[in-house]
Amino acid sequence: MDPHSLKRLNSARAARRAVALVTEMDSGRDRVVEEGDLVAGDLGEALAKAFRTGKSGMVEIEGGEFFINVHLPPPRLVVIGAVHISQAMAPMARLAGYDIEIIDPRTAFATPERFEGFRLDAEWPETVLRDRPLDRYCALCAITHDPKIDDFPLKAALAAECFYVGALGSRKTHGKRVERLLAEGLTQQQIDRIAAPIGLDIGASSPAEIAVAILAQVIEAFRKREIAGGSVSG
Amino acid sequence: MPEQFSDDPLKVAEEWMDEGRAVAVATVVETWGSAPRPVGSHLVIDGDSNFEGSVSGGCVEGAVIADALDVIETGEPKMLEFGVADETAWRVGLSCGGRIRVYVERLG
Repeated sequence: MDPHSLKRLNSARAARRAVALVTEMDSGRDRVVEEGDLVAGDLGEALAKAFRTGKSGMVEIEGGEFFINVHLPPPRLVVIGAVHISQAMAPMARLAGYDIEIIDPRTAFATPERFEGFRLDAEWPETVLRDRPLDRYCALCAITHDPKIDDFPLKAALAAECFYVGALGSRKTHGKRVERLLAEGLTQQQIDRIAAPIGLDIGASSPAEIAVAILAQVIEAFRKREIAGGSVSG
Repeated sequence: MPEQFSDDPLKVAEEWMDEGRAVAVATVVETWGSAPRPVGSHLVIDGDSNFEGSVSGGCVEGAVIADALDVIETGEPKMLEFGVADETAWRVGLSCGGRIRVYVERLG
């Protein structure tokens, strides 16, 4: 493996960019390709497929064997609201392989004791998300019920094209939310991406059951997500 | 994520390389049947047999490390195959019914 390839690969992975190492098996030569880089021909198509599916594998192109090792960023789950639902969600999400973090500026809720061992920011989402922006490999769940806290991260998640955006609240609450977001210039098409009421409709009632319903919907959104077509995407 | 990344084999490979250690990278490139680690999994090995990561559930690591030391020595990459159809594979204990191909190459 080329040392420069390794460095490029690791820095793209650290920055949460989708990246692949392509090794030509005959020569042992390798190169790094990031999602969105233009690669012509059959190799380009094979790479686009690898970025879509996240699956690595051997491909044969014009008699030559290539190994494509694709690295997609681990999905990150950002929950706005240090409430009972997020307390139940945190260990479940970790079991399912998600990096979960909780943001809530209300210090009465966001206490380390309630979220021991999990990343917790007792700050405004505006502050936290400025330092660590959302991306397409993030899911955002806004569950404080408070527009002052929820609205900004919802807008940020839609702008960042998070693979999942969900908001807690009844249909009536969501109706008001839609009005506010429209007034702020978001399009109906953008707003339609918000899962509201949040979670799969499994009749969940307790906070833990609602956590299951939300997490299941997040997983569904990730596993069935659409990735920008072709070998070009942003 | 940073916690997981710190013992990530490719990250470790980079750290070892920066320390001037000789490093080999082993990668699962193909699997058949119930292979324990998916295609793309890495095991990195240094010249003193230190290693990080895995290419199987611990079944063939010993054999891969031995070959990795050769690869570090010669610089020639190797393609290794382990499986139930192969007597050697039974000996190294890949008894889970799978078959894997592992590409071992020197870093740099």
